[in-house]
Amino acid sequence: MFAYIVRRALQSILVMAAVAFVAFALFQYMGDPINQMVAQDASAAEREALRRTLGLDRPFYVQFLVFLKNLMTGNFGFSFRIGTPVAQIIAERLPATLELVLVAALFALFIGVPAGVYTGLHRHGAMSRFMLTVSLIGVSLPTFLIGILLILIFAVLLGWLPSFGRGQTVQLGFWSTGFLTASGLKALILPSITLGLFQTTLIMRLVRSEMLEVLRSDYIKFARARGLTNRAINFGHALKNTLVPVITIAGLQIGGLIAFAIITETVFQWPGMGFLFITAIQFVDVPVMSSYLVLVALFFVLINLVVDLLYFAVDPRLRVERSVSAH
Amino acid sequence: MAALLEVEHLRIEFPTRRGTLVAVDDISLQIAEGEVLGVVGESGAGKSLTGTAIIGLLEPPGRIAAGEIRLMGRRIDNLPYEEMRKIRGKQIGAVFQDPLTSLNPLYSVGRQLVETIQTHTDMSPTQARTRALELLHEVGIPAAERRIDHYPHQFSGGMRQRVVIALALCVNPKLVIADEPTTALDVSIQAQIIALLKRLCRDHGTAIMLITHDMGVIAETADRVAVMYAGRIAEIGPVRSVIKEAKHPYSHGLMGSIPKINDEKERLDQIEGSMPRLTEIPPGCAFNPRCPHVFDRCRVERPELLDTGVTQASCWLYAHG
Ligand SMILES: Nc1ncnc2c1ncn2[C@@H]1O[C@H](COP(=O)(O)OP(=O)(O)OP(=O)(O)O)[C@@H](O)[C@H]1O
Ligand code: SF4
Ligand SMILES: [Mg+2]
Repeated sequence: MFAYIVRRALQSILVMAAVAFVAFALFQYMGDPINQMVAQDASAAEREALRRTLGLDRPFYVQFLVFLKNLMTGNFGFSFRIGTPVAQIIAERLPATLELVLVAALFALFIGVPAGVYTGLHRHGAMSRFMLTVSLIGVSLPTFLIGILLILIFAVLLGWLPSFGRGQTVQLGFWSTGFLTASGLKALILPSITLGLFQTTLIMRLVRSEMLEVLRSDYIKFARARGLTNRAINFGHALKNTLVPVITIAGLQIGGLIAFAIITETVFQWPGMGFLFITAIQFVDVPVMSSYLVLVALFFVLINLVVDLLYFAVDPRLRVERSVSAH
Repeated sequence: MAALLEVEHLRIEFPTRRGTLVAVDDISLQIAEGEVLGVVGESGAGKSLTGTAIIGLLEPPGRIAAGEIRLMGRRIDNLPYEEMRKIRGKQIGAVFQDPLTSLNPLYSVGRQLVETIQTHTDMSPTQARTRALELLHEVGIPAAERRIDHYPHQFSGGMRQRVVIALALCVNPKLVIADEPTTALDVSIQAQIIALLKRLCRDHGTAIMLITHDMGVIAETADRVAVMYAGRIAEIGPVRSVIKEAKHPYSHGLMGSIPKINDEKERLDQIEGSMPRLTEIPPGCAFNPRCPHVFDRCRVERPELLDTGVTQASCWLYAHG
């Protein structure tokens, strides 16, 4: 098991290095940033001076090494557009995105898993059919359309919920949270539903099909033959086995939420990293763009590691096979 | 002695789009306390369905369309799910074909034993664990104290089937339905597992309904044997009589297929043709297209189980004797 963890850690480092390289390469292909930063009539000497202060005159590989070193020390450079440190901009935007993703993920898990279990157990019920039909909408409608529909109904027509922004936030150290005010919580509802709906329906359908599969298995038949109660069979035996494959997909999907947040944040003008990224693209603000890429990759890698560890916790077959092969 | 289990005129159907399939048709049999009833027959004869119906686990759309099943005089085929659940495991245990997949891979064998014991008794967790240990000893798991916390994949096939047997017998049921308990196992351990099952059941006075293809196992283990053909019982009677002097032409042919030393001729005495599919069962005696003794009556009228002396056979050859 130890060897396995080491191997996974090495893989993660490789992935991060590759992403860092892509993020760095962005700088080379996005046109000359100097053009964005100086006035139209700046002289060649002025441009050259700026180039040198930003370190853009040095060879490619040196720039990359410097870039890596800076990343590791949390120095993400300065925004080409507003000139403030990227780290600071991200620190301002990160809480908004993470809170949105967290609520969307909880929504997807706490609605998706029970709905999947329910529709798996009551395969032929009217309620199950209804839920499956509704879930088709979640899978097939594009996110921005769902967001706009929700805004139309709940913000414009009914006026119950805000159509944009985070509402009031409370500052806890560097972290600005929307969890502590009523308007902050209200503002989270529509965006997190919009963001999480696809994942909710996906998890629900996945849990359902896994559940059906597991319920057909021999050990469930044998559990029935032993006279175990339905509750023990459905939730003790079937659900736990269902979760083994669900964990991977759910983990990947939650990582995906961070990426999908770009669309939701744009629709709801949510002041998070996705929104920041879109603005950065418009202004070819390469340091912001590349830092965003690196951060999102980091979240993916971390989530994958957590998924792997969860696997070990749930499935004894993995735990033992490793330890057996170890001696 | 009153029978422990009585199955009377059992009929199992599967409604399908193209009409109703009758998979088990008018089966009657009894099992006495502590008795071992062997059930043999070709694949698809309805052996497993009969066993599944007895423990009340027929999967819809399969259903019991007619007949009765009684355990110690009490009718059990029409009980509500929850009532029948309390009988499963406690009064009727079951062992299935594949020990590799019968155990939940995510729980230790001890946990699965304790769970079953606690479902059917008032034992505390500690008492249940002690009982689970005893059981593992009894079914011959070496180093049971250590093994009790191991997971199914850490056991070999034979060891897993021993655990399955422990699970089936853990609260001393009156009857165990063993559906091809050794088919999936290595030939070298099949005999051990059957011997174990037989010894445990004899010690506890548990009756066994032993479904198998292996006539050798039947000969060694069963007290009586039921030969099934196309969802019906062809012949039922004491094992010795059925093996030595089978009366029904089908069971006669089946017994002829048991390999016998020094008797090459017998081995060739196979029955021509194969068992009809459920949709193609002929009228009259289901065996008539293959029967060497077929006569007119066999093609129109269905034979009931008739006395042949020691055994009962559903064959018109015994209509007047
Ligand atoms: N769900 C089902 N739908 C339709 N027919 C079924 C179904 N389950 C079983 N049958 C049919 O019922 C018949 C009896 O099946 P059963 O499993 O009892 O046979 P068996 O005697 O145990 O055979 P084997 O030796 O292969 O285990 C078979 O012809 C089978 O095709
Ligand atoms: S009833 Fe007729 S066809 Fe059927 S087994 Fe007897 S002799 Fe053969
Ligand atoms: Mg079978």
